[in-house]
Amino acid sequence: MNDGSRFDRLPPTADDRTVEGRATREEAVGWWVERFGLDPECFEGHTFWEKGSGKIWAFAGDVDSPAEVEGLGMTFLRTRQEHWKPTTDAVQRFGRGAVRNVVVLDRGDARAFLRGEDTDPDWDGDWGYLIAAHEIAGSVEPIGVGLYLYGELRSQMPKGRQREL
Amino acid sequence: MDPLSRYDPIVGDPAAFHAACDRPLPSVVRVNDIKTTPDRVRRAFEAADVGFEPVGWHEGLFELDEGESPGNSWPFVHGWVYGQEEVSAVPALVLDPEPGERVLDCCAAPGSKTTQLAARMADRGTVVGNDNNLGRLSALRSNAERCGVTNLVVTRADARNFSLKPFDGEPFDRTLVDVPCSCEGTIRKNPDAVDNWSMDHVEGIAGVQKGILERSLGVTRPGGTLVYSTCTFAPEENEAVLQYALENGGCRLLDYELPLDHAPGLTEWDGETFDDSMRKAKRIYPHHNDTGGFFCAKLEVCG
Repeated sequence: MNDGSRFDRLPPTADDRTVEGRATREEAVGWWVERFGLDPECFEGHTFWEKGSGKIWAFAGDVDSPAEVEGLGMTFLRTRQEHWKPTTDAVQRFGRGAVRNVVVLDRGDARAFLRGEDTDPDWDGDWGYLIAAHEIAGSVEPIGVGLYLYGELRSQMPKGRQREL
Repeated sequence: MDPLSRYDPIVGDPAAFHAACDRPLPSVVRVNDIKTTPDRVRRAFEAADVGFEPVGWHEGLFELDEGESPGNSWPFVHGWVYGQEEVSAVPALVLDPEPGERVLDCCAAPGSKTTQLAARMADRGTVVGNDNNLGRLSALRSNAERCGVTNLVVTRADARNFSLKPFDGEPFDRTLVDVPCSCEGTIRKNPDAVDNWSMDHVEGIAGVQKGILERSLGVTRPGGTLVYSTCTFAPEENEAVLQYALENGGCRLLDYELPLDHAPGLTEWDGETFDDSMRKAKRIYPHHNDTGGFFCAKLEVCG
């Protein structure tokens, strides 16, 4: 059983899995690589942990007995629903190298997205979770996670990260 | 009477000191190297018509024009900048951790110095950010995540009883001991900082500081580096705390470079004398560089 109150390391592969339903390292990294075309090497130095139901954390290192710690790296991916969902912070941290499923918003849509509003950008790619980004200081920078469904992009910006610029 | 007047004999120019303490403090942001560069921040601020000036002594610090709020800009949203007072950027520079090292920040929340340490380590190795207050820890976590820090372990403990148990008993290479203090040096940001000033409070908090420094020396490896800092002027919370640690053995003060005007640590105060090496510590007064007040000492842990 998953104990949501403590950090447990993800098993490397499905063959190593002892907790039912727990994502594996291979699956978690594979999801980012497959979804956004990232280089698997981006994640090579990180260890991956579950705390809370299906909440996966990425930690740039290793630790001996994490049972008593409050936080380990950053929240990375939610895996207990049918569709896995990346976190805003992980998209900002790792998403810059993404080559697909990135929707680049214009100035007005980027601001609306940051306010937490739905937008209607030009997009003829996949539905599901996308990286919402915009151009700033000469290149494309991820803002957060958008859920593209039925022709609209639903901002997944957490309440505490929403802003009116 | 102004409690800060007790420092007139040591500040060099009391009139300039009091005048600086009465002026509001400009807003400063630090560039977060984990996510961007000073050049990109400059371009983003310019494109958004945010007025700013580089601070001169540090390429990653920008002073914002009056009325600009650091939290309300794209660079903040992207975690490219962190609102951090100039002098508050000093201790992480003095501790100077290397990528791959194991570093403890024993009173870490809300995380300006913790995220600066992680950035100086290029987000490699381990930073342990400890604090004893759950609400403040939640601020630490969200600030670190916004900055893209992934090498942070967050722990909750009274820093006087910090345990190495989750770390296999292995002591740290470097420790930042930025203790809770009477905060006199933040008077420009919090004009009521000394409203309830009392010697009892200063002495009480100095007792806590001694306990935190002692434990921090115990969890840092021999030959390792420790930085002790406060944002207060009171020698009872600065030199007297270090004197206590020196007398217990286990550490010595080190010289360090600082490209900001400052005064040396005191060797006497209020009838007490301190070790001559106390002069290696640095006192930054508000009139020196038009900043807040700060105290910072670099120590080597002896075997």
